[in-house]
Amino acid sequence: MTSGGTRPHLSQLRARIAEIEGGERRCRTVLPFGLGAIDERLPGGGLSLGSLHEVAGGAQGVTDGAAAALFAAGIMARAEGKILWCMTKADLFAPAIAQAGLDPDRVIYLEAQDEMSLLACFEEGLRHGGLGGVVAEVSRLSMPVSRRLLLAAETSGSIGIALRRWRRREDASDFGQPTAAATRWRVTTVPSEPLPVPGVARPRWFVELIRCRAGESADFLVESCDATGRLALPADLADRPAASQAWPARAAS
Amino acid sequence: MGLHAGMAVSQAQALVPDLVMMDADPKADAEALEKLAVWSLRRYSPMIALDPPDGLMLDITGATHPHGGAEGLVGDVLRRLADVETAGRAVCAPTYGSAHALARFGSAPLRVVDPLELADAIAGLPLLALRLDAGTVHKLATFGIETIAELEAMPRASLALRFGSEPGKRLDQVYGRLSEPFEPVEAPERIEVERRFAEPIGAPETLERYTRKLVDALALELEEAGLGARRLDLRFHRVDNAVQAIRAGLAKASREKKQLARLLCDKIQTIDPGFGVERMVLAAPVVEPLGLHTMSTLGERAVPGVSALVDVLGNRVGEERLFRLAARESHIPERSVERIAPMADPTLLRWPQRWPRPARLLPRPETIETMALLPDHPPVHFVWRGVRRRVTRADGPERIYGEWHLSEAEWLSIRDYFLVEDETGARYWVFRQGDGMDPATGAQGWFLHGLFG
Repeated sequence: MTSGGTRPHLSQLRARIAEIEGGERRCRTVLPFGLGAIDERLPGGGLSLGSLHEVAGGAQGVTDGAAAALFAAGIMARAEGKILWCMTKADLFAPAIAQAGLDPDRVIYLEAQDEMSLLACFEEGLRHGGLGGVVAEVSRLSMPVSRRLLLAAETSGSIGIALRRWRRREDASDFGQPTAAATRWRVTTVPSEPLPVPGVARPRWFVELIRCRAGESADFLVESCDATGRLALPADLADRPAASQAWPARAAS
Repeated sequence: MGLHAGMAVSQAQALVPDLVMMDADPKADAEALEKLAVWSLRRYSPMIALDPPDGLMLDITGATHPHGGAEGLVGDVLRRLADVETAGRAVCAPTYGSAHALARFGSAPLRVVDPLELADAIAGLPLLALRLDAGTVHKLATFGIETIAELEAMPRASLALRFGSEPGKRLDQVYGRLSEPFEPVEAPERIEVERRFAEPIGAPETLERYTRKLVDALALELEEAGLGARRLDLRFHRVDNAVQAIRAGLAKASREKKQLARLLCDKIQTIDPGFGVERMVLAAPVVEPLGLHTMSTLGERAVPGVSALVDVLGNRVGEERLFRLAARESHIPERSVERIAPMADPTLLRWPQRWPRPARLLPRPETIETMALLPDHPPVHFVWRGVRRRVTRADGPERIYGEWHLSEAEWLSIRDYFLVEDETGARYWVFRQGDGMDPATGAQGWFLHGLFG
């Protein structure tokens, strides 16, 4: 802490702000993406554990949430412990989740009858503390409900992901409503890089960090999760000077 | 073979030359029946009564869902009896009396009788079905009364004058106008605690408080026996002689007071105490050995086990709605996944990593309109759910053959899967039925089966 020695007032002020922002939060650890470009935009250098995060799909993804589900699976693959995945419509195809790095033995699925019991189970799972994380496919998420979920996550230290998914495209306007979530992401598929031969390259996502508590919003163009749940920067972007730090990290992993 | 009970031995021998004969052993029969009752207690319902000499009465109120409804339960009973080469008849009916009558004298072997159809179902049965003694039945027959409907049509007063109160009482019981005592079987080695109340209790808070006290007592007994409960039955005996029950299951044997109390208290609201509950009985019908284990070591944060959470969630949404997805040895996408119990042992089989699989699989493949070059080119464009999409990139085909070893119909069938990407970058999993040349391999129609992220 060299700056603390020279400017004590500033470091005191920082400590006070941190206290106001998340005083009671017990777990201050984060789950980094392992991708410098994203991690440096997040406070603490990664997704905060013991907190609630929101992920939604863009374009057609608001109804199928396929890319958003893989994004969430990739995050959970890098978390530790068992994962609870709550849904009302069981159309998730497990092999794809395994391909995003989340081992099938780690995931317990719950198929709820309705949204109400889904949210109750989501909270129960977050509060329990024995799980690494909980993913729930919800459509409506109000401020009071999200605050309850956040509190539950803060007491246990499990990471919660609300995978927003709507029945109709028009309902997706709900995503504009404020919630207590620490971060809010939107994952949209974009055309992949053309290959010189017939075939398809690794899928590309346009990932928007729409809201970030104690941070600024940002957007990234990334390639989808690999077999260990890690995202990657597209090769043509990774070569640019601004993201040069990210490259050795990916090569090493 | 034409044999039936009550036949003369010589007649039976004439029908079946090498007939094996044994003396009747009513005592052994009764013991076997009791064994069967204890077994059904574990499997079907917390409330089983003996109906000697040859019957069991199962009160399956609220206990049918694990077997897929009443029909499923009745089917399961018969199937399991058939497995041990025992012929049985089972009927699910609204009253004990009618179930007794229909199981023995009903025409069809397997039936579930709706309360509205009860009168019709039992109208034609003989009077023996009413559990009347043979003398009374004989006397009634001399008056020309042979079926339940005929007896029901008689004026009650003169009936009571001639035959006593018995026929009237049995009639009322079979129609459900008069309640019937139900004496549940209690397994001798079963771990059970009970509490009687001088004054009936009814408030949910009071019920909850005494549930906790019973759980404490049960946990103590379990600890002494070195056992953990896998299932709990809590019975509420009401003052009006009705019995209501709560059943809770556990994924892993436990005698943790908090956990057990929580599972039961979650369900107390389903109990209707009526005029009050005078006796509560908590039993652990399914138990497993459970040793002592050390408490957490110093300084280490105790991480609660997931099995307690699985129980709580399972009791809330239903055990069958909580599962893990494991790989199965099949190439057909919809058959390559199976649901297993959430706390099952780790599986070894994995899906192949090399072939990309969609994140969402449609419940059934949806027809799409396409234009594609045969035999093995991906579509150029396709229309799905009324929207036309132009394919910019594609990969495939991945040919999946039907499982000819399982079904004759799949002998030649083929699906050619393609991964296609449209202009927006969205990826779809589409397939063509058939190899594109030979109509025997499929109708050559195109379908969309899944969505990639």
